[in-house]
Amino acid sequence: MDNATKPLILSSSPHFHSRYTTERAMQEVALACLPAVASGIGFFGLNAALAVVLCVAGAVGADVLCQRIMGRPVMKGDASSVITGLLLAMCLPPSIPFWIAFLGGVLAIVIGKQVFGGLGQNIFNPAHIGRAILLASFPVYMTTWTPARGMGVDAITSATPMALMKLGAMEQLPSLAQVVVGRIGGCIGETSVIAILVGGGFLIIRKHIDWRIPAMYVGTVFVLAAAYGGVMGYGLLYPVYQVCCGGLLLGAFLMATDWVTSPVTKNGRLVFGAGLGLLTCMIRFFGGLSEGVCYSILIMNILTPLIDRYTRGRIYGRKGKAGKAV
Amino acid sequence: MKYDRKTFSGGAHIVDYKGFTNVLETVDADAPTKAYISMSMHIGAPSKPVVEVGEEVKMGQKVGESQGYVSVPAHSSVSGKVLAIQRMPMPSGRMVDTVVIENDFKDEWIKQPAQASIEEINAMDGAALQAKVLEAGVVGMGGATFPSHVKVAPPKEGQKFDVVILNGIECEPFLTADHRIMLEKPERVIAGLKYFLRMLKCDKGVIAIEENKMDAFEMMIRITEHEPQIETVVCREKYPQGSEKQLINAITGREVPPGGLPADVGVLVHNVATAAAVADAIEYDRPLIDRIVTLNGNGISKPMNYRVRIGTLYSDLIEQNGGVVTYPVKIISGGPMMGFAVYTLDIPVMKGTSGILVFNDESQVLMREPEAPCVRCARCVDHCPMRLEPTTLMKAAKKSDWAKAGAYDVTSCMECGSCGYVCPSMIPLVQYIRLAKQYVTSKDGTGAINPYLA
Repeated sequence: MDNATKPLILSSSPHFHSRYTTERAMQEVALACLPAVASGIGFFGLNAALAVVLCVAGAVGADVLCQRIMGRPVMKGDASSVITGLLLAMCLPPSIPFWIAFLGGVLAIVIGKQVFGGLGQNIFNPAHIGRAILLASFPVYMTTWTPARGMGVDAITSATPMALMKLGAMEQLPSLAQVVVGRIGGCIGETSVIAILVGGGFLIIRKHIDWRIPAMYVGTVFVLAAAYGGVMGYGLLYPVYQVCCGGLLLGAFLMATDWVTSPVTKNGRLVFGAGLGLLTCMIRFFGGLSEGVCYSILIMNILTPLIDRYTRGRIYGRKGKAGKAV
Repeated sequence: MKYDRKTFSGGAHIVDYKGFTNVLETVDADAPTKAYISMSMHIGAPSKPVVEVGEEVKMGQKVGESQGYVSVPAHSSVSGKVLAIQRMPMPSGRMVDTVVIENDFKDEWIKQPAQASIEEINAMDGAALQAKVLEAGVVGMGGATFPSHVKVAPPKEGQKFDVVILNGIECEPFLTADHRIMLEKPERVIAGLKYFLRMLKCDKGVIAIEENKMDAFEMMIRITEHEPQIETVVCREKYPQGSEKQLINAITGREVPPGGLPADVGVLVHNVATAAAVADAIEYDRPLIDRIVTLNGNGISKPMNYRVRIGTLYSDLIEQNGGVVTYPVKIISGGPMMGFAVYTLDIPVMKGTSGILVFNDESQVLMREPEAPCVRCARCVDHCPMRLEPTTLMKAAKKSDWAKAGAYDVTSCMECGSCGYVCPSMIPLVQYIRLAKQYVTSKDGTGAINPYLA
């Protein structure tokens, strides 16, 4: 058809669109993971680097394969499976065997995302599904910790700060400076407070994530840890260690803020964050595990639709209460 | 100059693309060889043609009589002979009766507009002023085209208006018609506002201007120096700042209840161009037969602001502006956020036509990718100026769950397009919401009645 007879495009308004696309947002989220990944590789060496690569390869490969098998269009430029792979690797121990890392990436995508219908349909955070399956299947590999470089060779210090706090061995905790930099035992991407805050701050400034979830999550844990630490006589720094050690900051900034599995209402995000903090503290203080971020996020993921339903905002012009739940 | 920037919650920051035309003085467009006067240039009952084919008509002569209270007459914008009364499309695509008048280029008025004496005007009561507004066929010129005389009816028993807001926001990208009228005819705008205040027995007027029009703001400040009852305020540049409900909220902090009218909270909002038209109607008996139209888009040879006779075909206006540069792919009547895409240029300029935008396929602003899955990023929720949940409404519409769409207040949506603009997955949210609205508002629940055609 030549131009002169080509009909005009008819569509209803709006005819305008912002340049902000899901692809670009996903790419920036992946970028935000990089400081923490880089610090993990710096502290734990080549082994950690390979685990990251294999997790991402497993996740991306499984994503493409699933879309092919199901006859869905393969989404080009979609970095969401890269993010899943990165996040999974970030919460694995540095000494994880390579084949487990790869398997984790595959399981995270297949069980965590594609069985629900693919992008946007999953109920749970896929990276945490991957981690939970690995933890249940390979408990020994998943709880073997290697010391970070420059930490010294003292056998006890290779235990993570979370395990030390669980034992009540406060005097053996590393110095706060070490914790902030990330030169402590732990998962690949969770140890460096600075690196995570750089990534998380970037996402908040770029408005990819809402500050409400991390603020409520970290705040709740801090308050509850202060109370618990006070009762147990663990000292004033106990809540600071509870916030800075383990997977809390990683979970609060990069994982709980996952768009798909967190509430869409603003008040819902506050409730979501508070619930996460409460569950994490329950597991950390009273549970059998030393760390509770992963399971807290998975449990709150289940509650997300319910939270959305009961935290609807008050629409413009309506007096009194918000709309009823439907 | 120091000022507070007022605004509302939600909304989106949109590149305004006004730099092409906001400094261009309005140029009088040539009178058309044929004027096409539509009988439905307003919301409400279409007017009825009162001229015969072959009849000689004068400029400003009534060719369509209003039918009912929410309706206005239509006037000829040229002098000449009635060629036909035929069905023609409106920008929305709907076909309406249109009186076609061949221009004799004599521009003979049926009654030459002349300034009434101040005593004469002062002697008029509210009802008399309202009658003048009706006779001139004035409608809301911001695009809604609601008959103005209805909005200036003398206050009923117990009704009190605290403030009349003049809307000089013009938040749609590209459009600069209101901007130019504030710069070029500020005294007419202020005169109109004072008549509004008088008709509504209100003693406070506010002119609201978006901060991307600081020259208009300064102009209004200067011209209202000795008008203590009139205040000029700056609003933040944010879409849809010019929406009536959002503007009322920004200026007064009040919210219009769902399904209610601004009058329910003691406020009335009129467009600045409407104010000028009302002043002309009252002081000069001049009917509304022309308006400013912004011509823009990358598909035309030069962006311009034209004062156009109502009834001029889009094609005639674009022709005298130098035609289209390459073959257009999309032509929008009005702004890009809420305007209509048209399928032909043989559509007459109406009282609510604020702009004509022509885009060719090199245009970057019309980017449209295929719809991708919703990733629940909640940007639509965060940006909705009515604080609705567009994503929830969209999912309800996809599942034909009209009860849920209704429960999530789909009828409060004013289709401003903020959600569709910000959606990173390119989901046509407004289109899904329109579908849901259609079903929720149809009386039998089948959606069979299309409210846009009824």
